[in-house]
Amino acid sequence: MSAAMAMPAPVLSCRGVVKRFGGLVAVNNVDLDLAPGEVLALVGDNGAGKSTLVQTISGVFRADGGAIHLNGEKQVFASPEDARRAGIETIYQDLALCDNLTAADNIFLGREIRTRRLGFLPGIDESQMREKAKTVLDELHIRIPDLDAPVRSLSGGQRQAVAISRAVYWQARIMIMDEPTAALGVPEQRKVMDLIRMLKGRGTPVILISHNMQDVFEISDRIFVMRRGSKAGDFVTARTEPNEVVRTMIGG
Amino acid sequence: MTVQSSGGVGSADAPAAATRFLKLLGRVWAWLFLLALVLFFSATTPHFFDLFNFQAMGANMAIVLVLALGQTFVIITGGIDLSVGYVMGLATIVISLIMQHMVGQPLPVALLAGTAGGLAVGLVAGLFNAFVVARLGVSPFIATLGTLGIAQGLAYVLSGGPPVSIPIPGLGQLGNGYVAYWHAQFGLSFFEMPAGVTGPEVRNVSGFIPLQLLYALILTGLCAWLLSSTQFGRHVYAIGGNAKAALRAGIPVKRNLMKVYVLSSVMAAVAGLMYVLRYTGGVANSGDALLLSSIAAIVIGGASLFGGEGRITGTLVGAMIIAVIQNGLVLYGIDPFWQYAAVGAVIILAVLADQAKLRIAR
Ligand SMILES: Nc1ncnc2c1ncn2[C@@H]1O[C@H](COP(=O)(O)OP(=O)(O)OP(=O)(O)O)[C@@H](O)[C@H]1O
Ligand SMILES: [Mg+2]
Repeated sequence: MSAAMAMPAPVLSCRGVVKRFGGLVAVNNVDLDLAPGEVLALVGDNGAGKSTLVQTISGVFRADGGAIHLNGEKQVFASPEDARRAGIETIYQDLALCDNLTAADNIFLGREIRTRRLGFLPGIDESQMREKAKTVLDELHIRIPDLDAPVRSLSGGQRQAVAISRAVYWQARIMIMDEPTAALGVPEQRKVMDLIRMLKGRGTPVILISHNMQDVFEISDRIFVMRRGSKAGDFVTARTEPNEVVRTMIGG
Repeated sequence: MTVQSSGGVGSADAPAAATRFLKLLGRVWAWLFLLALVLFFSATTPHFFDLFNFQAMGANMAIVLVLALGQTFVIITGGIDLSVGYVMGLATIVISLIMQHMVGQPLPVALLAGTAGGLAVGLVAGLFNAFVVARLGVSPFIATLGTLGIAQGLAYVLSGGPPVSIPIPGLGQLGNGYVAYWHAQFGLSFFEMPAGVTGPEVRNVSGFIPLQLLYALILTGLCAWLLSSTQFGRHVYAIGGNAKAALRAGIPVKRNLMKVYVLSSVMAAVAGLMYVLRYTGGVANSGDALLLSSIAAIVIGGASLFGGEGRITGTLVGAMIIAVIQNGLVLYGIDPFWQYAAVGAVIILAVLADQAKLRIAR
């Protein structure tokens, strides 16, 4: 088998990425590749730098060193909006939803559908946003009891589902999920895992941060281990086992 | 696969119905309270339920309402603008000083110059607040308290203390007039008394729809559209709900915050202009007592001081409630200074209700 066939050109490629907070090196010289359609699990102990790495990729932080390439093109994201425009959708560990707004408002947050009322008054097209939100939620088999209620009134899993459908609606080229199941009960965790599987089925590459080894082994194609800011290992899921990954995490 | 709340159907629906009821109550309680007040004062005082008393209340609440309109946006972002009262006062002084220098000029020319000066005051004060809050990151409470002091100082220095009056004929009509007039003999007219009415006959003319109220309602409509139907309005809610999420979604949070503080100060200047039209002059502390009433109107209307919640229709009903309470106290012959205590108490009650609502929602 040729090398090119074994390793298709990565969608996302990080080379020597560094991110410092004052004297603390949170991400230290990390190389990471994400292949098309691949689910990459990003694991590591608390404070290993997982969230910082993905937030550097999604434009929240500016890298202090190294380069990020998307489909071979070098990217410098000045803001999360830049990264979103390039097709990187992120679901943050602390869930970036506006609790006082509806599911549709959240799906279209910052990218509202605009219209002109009476032909001249600039406004937003709420009914169209609501329709499209309903379509994407239905497509993902997500049931929201009241589309006009603020998302504050939804369960943790439903809120997570709203965040995921936002990424799906905007046709993420890469989906980053930072502990999407951390705050959920077991049944809702299963449902989020199903959603990730569905994304995979659509060919969207996913970076998934998780502390749950069972989930990681169940869903990922590759496992990327970080330890104290650095890359500590990169395994093909089918050719490793939990003990080896955990040992790499804690540096045994 | 279906993502929905765990728990049985019955156990999930009962709280949902209760929550829906509470939410409905939260939205309409202010209207019910207004209705109760109107019924109470109508039943217990002879002069309350009267078209002309209602019109007087409408004219009296106009300035407070306009102050509250801009402030509503600020409060929804989770901020507060304490400077509106003295920005309004400073605007009345600047407008009046400019127009004093233009006595002898035609009214529209003088008015245009005065208005431009007043709006400039609002714009500068708003940009200053916006800069200190959004760019320097000072808390809105402290930043606008500082601006309050600066505007107060400037207003007293420029005016020297006493009111500045504008002896230009026709000015007061713009602030005290009505949209329509009716006289049994001389008939109907618009924007001025029916031709031919002179001397004591003036007393037999009835006015309909005070101009002050008309101005305030037009501005209310504009602000309601801005807040509920535009992208800017939606972003105001998003910032108040979760500023970090708004930022990550690519909403220019700082720029929107700046717009909100500029809007608040410009509305304060417009309130100042309305004051000048009504009293044909300016007074440094004309807006001082109105700050309390305007914030009360907003919180009574259901806005949360934690940000994220509030509506222009809420602010409108809040302003009406305050106007009715003030009017009722006067009709009862109670010392009008008690109104401050009453409004203060109503603010605290409304905020307590808001906190209880949040606790229930959790
Ligand atoms: N905004 C910040 N400012 C300063 N230090 C930070 C910031 N964010 C993270 N850090 C530090 O960087 C290091 C890496 O944190 P990070 O959140 O990336 O870890 P993590 O791997 O996501 O951990 P967890 O599994 O607990 O979420 C930690 O020491 C953390 O304290
Ligand atoms: Mg993390």
